[in-house]
Amino acid sequence: MSIFDFAEGREGYYGQYGGTFLPEILAATIEELQDCFASCKKDPAFWHEFIDLMQSYSGRPTPVTHLENLSRHLGGAQIYVKREDLNHTGSHKINNVMGQGLLCRRLGKTRVIAETGAGQHGYATATMAARFGFRCKIYMGAVDVARQRPNVFWMERMGAEVMAVQDGQKTLKDAINEALRDWVTNMADTHYVLGTACGPHPFPEMVSFFQSIIGIEAREQIQKVAGRLPDRVFACVGGGSNAIGIFQGFLDDTDVELVASEAGGLGPESGMHAARLAYPDASVGVAQGYKTYFLQDDDGNMKETHSIAAGLDYIGVNPILVDLWEKKRVRFEAATDEQVREALQLVMRTEGLIPALESTHAFARAIEEAPGMGTDEIILINQSGRGDKDIFTIADALDDQHWKTFIKEKAIEYGA
Amino acid sequence: MNTALESYLRQRLEKKQLLVMTHVVCGYPSFEDNLRELEVMADFDVDLVELQFPFSEPSADGPLFVKANELAIRAGVRPEHCFEFMAKITARFPFKVLMMGYYNTAFKMGPERFLSRLQGAGGCGYILPDLPVEEAADLNARADAMGLAPIVLMTPTSTDRRLAKLGAAARGFVYAVARKGVTGQHTDMSDELTGFVDRCRRHTPVPIAVGFGISDKNDIDFLRGKADMAIIGTAALKAWEQGGEDALRRFFAGLGIA
Repeated sequence: MSIFDFAEGREGYYGQYGGTFLPEILAATIEELQDCFASCKKDPAFWHEFIDLMQSYSGRPTPVTHLENLSRHLGGAQIYVKREDLNHTGSHKINNVMGQGLLCRRLGKTRVIAETGAGQHGYATATMAARFGFRCKIYMGAVDVARQRPNVFWMERMGAEVMAVQDGQKTLKDAINEALRDWVTNMADTHYVLGTACGPHPFPEMVSFFQSIIGIEAREQIQKVAGRLPDRVFACVGGGSNAIGIFQGFLDDTDVELVASEAGGLGPESGMHAARLAYPDASVGVAQGYKTYFLQDDDGNMKETHSIAAGLDYIGVNPILVDLWEKKRVRFEAATDEQVREALQLVMRTEGLIPALESTHAFARAIEEAPGMGTDEIILINQSGRGDKDIFTIADALDDQHWKTFIKEKAIEYGA
Repeated sequence: MNTALESYLRQRLEKKQLLVMTHVVCGYPSFEDNLRELEVMADFDVDLVELQFPFSEPSADGPLFVKANELAIRAGVRPEHCFEFMAKITARFPFKVLMMGYYNTAFKMGPERFLSRLQGAGGCGYILPDLPVEEAADLNARADAMGLAPIVLMTPTSTDRRLAKLGAAARGFVYAVARKGVTGQHTDMSDELTGFVDRCRRHTPVPIAVGFGISDKNDIDFLRGKADMAIIGTAALKAWEQGGEDALRRFFAGLGIA
């Protein structure tokens, strides 16, 4: 049974989550998108075109790497990593973006807009727009622009216009609102490349469809390199696109436990986190076009969220994952900022890998659980992105004196 | 089905060619300011007022209302306060009052409590722009049973098939969105708009109100004879922000509506 077999009249719903909650002005646009996506999904030539593009342009299939040193260090399960960090632009975001680029071309639209948190999705969208010849505008919260300048630099160099959003909390959710405002105005020539498996139908389904390439590859690869299926699969969850991407490869393998790791921020009861399901603070609501668990107050106004990883710093969560969580198919946990800092250093030292701060949430959880597992058990982690882009945040977190000196000297050189 | 709201509007339309609905964001800049704004509006004999309940993600609103929503929430304005304010003004003013806001506010209260609070406060209906008609069936049916009017929005991008569906759900009046985009940007009054209003009429017997970008006397004069009601939102708040009560009076005087 596919999670995308909707009951009559319940299109876009996963259990009681999902749906389409948009202003009437977008009804025709979303219907056009739903129809176009449905015909692409049915067309095997479309999927082949997508695979070819990802192979020639983004270096797919990305490998699965055995982390022997880390496994030995922890003394438990054998740890393997799906290397989405090796994609062009450095994360799994490119899978969804190139797919939507192909779709945008079929729609006959010439302009793309996107929201971005960490900047990875904006960077990937700017890349796609350059490649396909679309005009491109990226909405990014002003706070995120300030903490992710390297990604902004690349977006602008690729020809995209980056708009720093000054409303609300000035992070991902506010960037989504601003992108929606652009879309209600310019839908005639503009496609909204939503970056995660959230928002109104068909986005959760469409983003999951393109990201399923991760799970399809990983299932085959892990059996080749480890000889069998993993016991547990770990993925970080902000919006949830990399998690649903890899989990889809194992949904029917009931012996494979699927573990989602959310942003625990400063920990439970701190009020400073973005854990929608692992901590008890979120409740069901409707915002940003869909129904899911949101971190909100009793009146339905969204709360402030916090994470060391900009890409996980979000109020809502993929409605498909919520349904799978209720059905006990996916277990939700959280990793705190502190656990993430420690896990990152351990992974860099033992394996020479630099996972993105977002992906490090999955590592942190796996590192916690691995010692309690047998040495013949297998863990698969989705390394959804690479951490080079986080150099400012990481250097800050590690209080790296050499880096600080470098920045000071650079500032003097620029006449500051 | 004829609601109390529609009967009221029909009655007013016997005396006036074009009715006026205005908009206030609850608690912005403050409830005291809201009250003074409403006094001015009552002096100019507005027919209907929508009270916007502040929401943290007002994705259908333009910059001025986004700021108003944000600051009202930061000042601690809650739906409870908005209903209390609604009760106060429905008791005090002759115009009728609608709740306007985003669906999550109603969803979190639950349909029963939301509608009974609305009715208790003297409101005659609600506008929830992010609640599509397909998702509104349950709430709207309950509202119908209580004589409250769910206001349907029709837009220039709505297909005829959708307009038929929207027309069937329409109660009180139809909110015809004059153009694409968010609140507060300028709208060209054109033949295209006239054509759109005619399309709306073919799909509903209830009065047609036109909103989004209505900002001066020319706009009002254009709509007279074409629409039944003009909706004035951002332009009035802008006047208030520029010069308080005096500026708001000048703004309404300039519209030539009373």
